[in-house]
Amino acid sequence: MPYIPHAPGDIRAMLDAVGAADISDLFAHLPAEVRLRRPLDLPAGLSEEEVRRYFRKAAARNHGQGELVSFLGGGVYDSIIPAAVDALVSRSEFLTAYTPYQPEVSQGTLQAIYEWQSFVCRLTGLPVANASMYDGATALAEALSVALAAGRRKTVIVPQTLNPRYARVVRTMLGGEGITVKEAPVGPEGTTDPEALRALVDGDVAAVALQNPNYLGLVEPVDVLSGVVKGAGAQLVAVVNPVSLSVLKAPGEYGADLAVGEAQPFGIPTSWGGPLLGFLACSDAHKRRIPGRIVGRTEDSRGNMGYVLTLQTREQHIRREKATSNICSNQGLNALKATIYLGLLGKEGLDALGEANLTRIAALRRRVRDVPGAGLPFPGPVFNETVVRVPGDAAAFLAFARERGVLAGIPLQDVPGCTAGDFLVAVTEKRTAAEIDEFGGLLEAFLAGAGKGA
Amino acid sequence: MSDESMVQPGRWNAGLPESIFTKGAPGRRGLTFPRWDGEPVAADLPAGMRRAEPADFPSLSEPEVMRHFTQLSNLNHHIERGMYPLGSCTMKYNPRVNEQIAALPGLADLHPEQPVGDVQGLLAALKLLEESLCEITGFAACSLIPAAGAQGEYLGMFVIRALHLHNGHPERAEVLIPDSAHGTNPASVVIAGMVPKTLKSRPNGRIDLDALRAAVGPRTAGIMITNPNTLGLFENDITEIAAIVHEAGGRLYMDGANLNAIMGKVRPGDMGFDVVHMNLHKTFSTPHGGGGPGAGPICVTPELQPFLPGPWITAGADGGFTLENLPGRDSAAIHSYYGNVGVCLRALAYILRCGGDGLVRVSECAVLNARYLLSQLRDILPVANADQCLHEFVASGVSWKNEFGVRTLDIGKRLLDYGVHAPTIYFPLIVEEALMVEPTETESKESLDRFIAAVRAIHREAATDPEVLHGAPHTTPVGRMDEARAARQPDLSWLGPCNCG
Repeated sequence: MPYIPHAPGDIRAMLDAVGAADISDLFAHLPAEVRLRRPLDLPAGLSEEEVRRYFRKAAARNHGQGELVSFLGGGVYDSIIPAAVDALVSRSEFLTAYTPYQPEVSQGTLQAIYEWQSFVCRLTGLPVANASMYDGATALAEALSVALAAGRRKTVIVPQTLNPRYARVVRTMLGGEGITVKEAPVGPEGTTDPEALRALVDGDVAAVALQNPNYLGLVEPVDVLSGVVKGAGAQLVAVVNPVSLSVLKAPGEYGADLAVGEAQPFGIPTSWGGPLLGFLACSDAHKRRIPGRIVGRTEDSRGNMGYVLTLQTREQHIRREKATSNICSNQGLNALKATIYLGLLGKEGLDALGEANLTRIAALRRRVRDVPGAGLPFPGPVFNETVVRVPGDAAAFLAFARERGVLAGIPLQDVPGCTAGDFLVAVTEKRTAAEIDEFGGLLEAFLAGAGKGA
Repeated sequence: MSDESMVQPGRWNAGLPESIFTKGAPGRRGLTFPRWDGEPVAADLPAGMRRAEPADFPSLSEPEVMRHFTQLSNLNHHIERGMYPLGSCTMKYNPRVNEQIAALPGLADLHPEQPVGDVQGLLAALKLLEESLCEITGFAACSLIPAAGAQGEYLGMFVIRALHLHNGHPERAEVLIPDSAHGTNPASVVIAGMVPKTLKSRPNGRIDLDALRAAVGPRTAGIMITNPNTLGLFENDITEIAAIVHEAGGRLYMDGANLNAIMGKVRPGDMGFDVVHMNLHKTFSTPHGGGGPGAGPICVTPELQPFLPGPWITAGADGGFTLENLPGRDSAAIHSYYGNVGVCLRALAYILRCGGDGLVRVSECAVLNARYLLSQLRDILPVANADQCLHEFVASGVSWKNEFGVRTLDIGKRLLDYGVHAPTIYFPLIVEEALMVEPTETESKESLDRFIAAVRAIHREAATDPEVLHGAPHTTPVGRMDEARAARQPDLSWLGPCNCG
């Protein structure tokens, strides 16, 4: 076993020092009635090359976005990952380091997290951010818990335009606490209906979540909705695609108390949905209430500026059963990937990234409009995703496109406001004009074939 | 133009890098995107939806970014630099092949919304991992979804709660937790909608059977036990503990943080547990990454299986796999998708590399290493029940405090000067001046001998020059940090000058 250094001579010498005859003697005190009396029923160990071969074969049975053309989104995107990101995070100084509880030998990790927090603050327009959460969905549930913990109100509202996967996690995580979760209805334009929301936000509503752009890709009327929420004395929790904050109004600009989201597009592979990178930012009022690790800047005994994990009295290892969250890790390496990515991106790159997404989604919508029979049921402004409608069942078109090497979108038949023919199409800066044209061509071919009864 | 005040000779790696926000210059780019080669198209975004001010990012070229983060990395201790004897953290070597595998095209580039036909190889691998973890722990079913140990605890509590509710027992909401437990345990219980009840343990951290008998009753939902416990000791009465709790109608949850001690020797399922969580970033060698991502799968008995979150990976008769999402199962959703899949793949690579025999060897050598360290240090760092310690031990530094006036914190900080990470200190709370040491199996005898020599050298220093310990560390990039100031005047994001243009 190459991962265990012990030569037979080492084992003998160590056993002699311990005073044991055999290594099994070290386990002799375990109660007989629970001992496993047979070998583990697992295959014999493999060489590194054999392990690699197993996974190469497994990978070859899959068909990833590198092989296909992907228009899949819904929170996780086929984005460009610069080579520098992987080169840096594979340094063992980052990869194999522990949580930075010993700041004297962890300044690299700590400063990187502080810079991640700083990038998140600048993107969201809020003054405080934590070191990260598991994913966007758990970040949202935790943010709603923060808003609940801030007062006595016991209801939260999530919009029907929220990513349904996020809504499910919110229901699980808030389900154990006597909390009511209500839904704000979607209007005919595919965005949250302000008047319907106004009718729902009563004196028991602690927080309202608002996803922008929403799950259907549409930019919500954030100023109007924020006014409704604030007017009722509730907290506003913004759920945002951080890439969109290159161009879209920042949560801090429309009065959000907390902002959360999924930062996977910043240099992290899709990896079948994990590990991802949830982020959580908040107003100053919530900084001693939010979950997760937080890094602060301070001074050391020699007068140097440096970094430490701070405000730890919020956390489970101190507060135990009084903690509002049990989280005890952060997505460290993925937050590092995103920090490196944003460092490379820079101010002009951020602007270019936003415009690249806007250009490509506009081109895709224009192409869809040219296809007889296909439609855009919600024509309002979008950032990088749009709903496309085909007659009948979208699943038939998605299967048709997949047979031709294109992952054309996510079916929306169960999403409020949508029909069986609707599906969600995403672009990123990676999609080319030719691929977008191919998407339109597939729609044409499918609809022409359907017209002939094929 | 040069400014000589900007430079001065110094030690290698001395000095902290400036903030990234002060680096670069307006107009520099570290990342560009493919040009749009289609017909021009106007973006359809009204001005009122655009942000008023662009986010203030610095502008750096790629070499500047590489240098910034490389300089940061040089300030870290890490496994490939030196030992990490952190009790309960299992800081073992992270095999590089695991990283290669998780990055393979066809695995790393899968989108979670792809049709199931596109991910058959992945599902086969995940199923194999589920089955392997069930065999290692002695259980029937597994959920790989929890993204961390704490989420595994939460899901474990959630399924126990769901079982009691299903059986018409909402009143069963009390969960017993020994006072030696990790802080996540009570926090997880509360978030799952139940009430933690502290169980006083015996001085060696083991469960007091009389206290347990007195504590269980018709409100008992279950008990959370770390076995081996945080003192590295096995619960020898586990069969009786299980009988008492089951008799009272409760279920047993095992915190598998210390699984590295017992693989192939004893299995939680055979001990009477109903749920176990595992930390793949501990026992199964996936990297800690400076704090995550890890993964915390749980294995459960057939009785609890129906309450695991969907989708379930199900093998078909044709050798293919499907994702089943039966009604009701979504109610346990704890992650957007299927948890930290990339971490799960690394863990499977490790299990395949080790094989059944190798995993047994892992536990044997992990215990041997701990027992060897203990045998060489117990004269200066006494350990209770030393002859029964498994993969870790908790020593008490109380004699150092009484004789030399140095605290466990000082010992840990001085170890940093010797190139070793500090052990876990002041935990568990039931041992005074606790110093919790877990070497793991991947440390060689020479490495252990260096650690022993360092501790003995520090012991001599404590006797002759305790100030050296009080002021430690002396050779690290920074000294002890003013944590009180950090908490009192929080500075959580860069507000200083920015080369943002």
